[in-house]
Amino acid sequence: MKETESKIKINNLNVFHGNHHTLKNINIKVPKQKITVVLGSSGCGKTTLLKCLNRLTDLYDNIKVTGKIIINKEDILHSKRDITEIRREMGLLSQMPYPLPMNIYNNIVYGLRISGRKNKKFLNKRVEYYLKQANLWEDVKDRLKEPASSLSLGQQQRLCLARGLTVDPDIILADEPTSALDPVSSNAIEERFLKLKQYYTIVLVTHTLRQAKRLADYVVFMYLGELVEQGPADEFFNNPKMDRTKAYLKGTSN
Amino acid sequence: MTKKLEENFFKILMILSTSAILFSLVLIIVTILIKGLPVLSVEMLTKVPQGGYYFGKGGGILNAIVGSLYLSTGATFLAFLIALPVSLFMNIYLIKKKRLLNIIRYLLDLLWGVPSIVYGAFGFTIMIYLGIRTSLLAGIITVTLFIIPIMIRAMDEVFKTVPLGLIEASFSLGSTKSETAFKVFLKQVIPSVVTAVLLSFGRAIGDAASILFTTGYTDHIPTSLLEPTATLPLAVFFQLSSPIPEVQNRAYASALVLIIIILIISILSRIFANRNKLKKLNIKTAINKRFVYYKNIRQNYIQYRKNKR
Repeated sequence: MKETESKIKINNLNVFHGNHHTLKNINIKVPKQKITVVLGSSGCGKTTLLKCLNRLTDLYDNIKVTGKIIINKEDILHSKRDITEIRREMGLLSQMPYPLPMNIYNNIVYGLRISGRKNKKFLNKRVEYYLKQANLWEDVKDRLKEPASSLSLGQQQRLCLARGLTVDPDIILADEPTSALDPVSSNAIEERFLKLKQYYTIVLVTHTLRQAKRLADYVVFMYLGELVEQGPADEFFNNPKMDRTKAYLKGTSN
Repeated sequence: MTKKLEENFFKILMILSTSAILFSLVLIIVTILIKGLPVLSVEMLTKVPQGGYYFGKGGGILNAIVGSLYLSTGATFLAFLIALPVSLFMNIYLIKKKRLLNIIRYLLDLLWGVPSIVYGAFGFTIMIYLGIRTSLLAGIITVTLFIIPIMIRAMDEVFKTVPLGLIEASFSLGSTKSETAFKVFLKQVIPSVVTAVLLSFGRAIGDAASILFTTGYTDHIPTSLLEPTATLPLAVFFQLSSPIPEVQNRAYASALVLIIIILIISILSRIFANRNKLKKLNIKTAINKRFVYYKNIRQNYIQYRKNKR
């Protein structure tokens, strides 16, 4: 992989949950318009790392975050800008799809409406565009007025992907987005990621190694809150440097 | 052997306690029906007391029925105006401050547990302070205070169950806290808000002690907030304290009317609650989610075993 510009720079990130040191001195450079996979077993702080990136950590009690996360030359942890503006620059795909309690159409236009876009024609066009981006348009084009909860789980996850894209982010944060889905829906999501990476920088948290191998351009491996190893995907998988990484790659599957 | 004995002992205990509750419920309803039903008439429901009503002459309790509905509707409305913002605030703005929330919840539960006669006495002092007489207004203020904690906690209990993921999803789309509260959160919980309101209405209409000092009692339907008004619980109380058996039976008939109103309210709230469960939580998909989740785990495990071999 040739050297590319980095989109997100994480410098000396430390996170404390009360007395528990959840993330220890994390330094990562996330390359632009690539898929960066954060690997690690459960409880190693992958999700916390992701939540730091769009400051959802603000929602929790007892969390202290120190260090710097630089996106577009701006340290978002200490930014004076409105937090909602910062969050709008990234789409979030969580473990479980959480469709908003409204119909499919309104789920998609929600993000646009709250940022002040009201033109009907414009909204209709965007809905079609983003649903196509998420590969969902064919499934739902005749039932846009039905509640989003009537969709299957896999469809809901794609809906959440489309919804996340509407606010025109540069970055997509995905927290084990396929762990609750059946294999077909998982494939659909993975396929989308591979297509979307030409426009977006994607940070994907996963604990399935096979998925990481299929998708990753750049890999970050974490263990118990520490960053063990990071590097371009082929280097990481074929020629790991650290013993811990070797053990992990051997231990789970080939 | 002892295991079986223990098993049987608790089984019998459970059956006994269940039947005790059912028995007392049936006993209450049957008593009210036997004594109240024969004297319950159209006249009783549609007329205010005539002269000598409390000595067994003609008339009805329309004043109490209407008064009770006025009082509870007013109080429920006022309480709603306070309870909804408070519970939204607790669950969206204070969501980070778990300890503060616990304290607030504890205090509200304490208020919930305060006997309503205490609210009555408190309402009485407010009444004197404001310089108003026993009136519909004073009653509404007192009952509002009485049901606010109930309504807040009833809403809060459901708001608590809204998954954090939904709130996160809304925030990550760039919504502010108030947009999250009113455009996303509220839509998710609206059926349970209705349930909480109806529950509080039921409490408001059934309570006697809090309005004993504050609303007074009259024979006509109030035409302004500053007039005193009759209410069903007090109608029961006054008629039952009469020495004349006929009037006592009318107390049971009034109680029957009260029970029917509360029954309607609770059936309505049940309907809304169930609609909530079926529609919003979508039990089917929830089960499906679990199923797929375990299936995935199983598949991963099988794959793992294969690879190991």
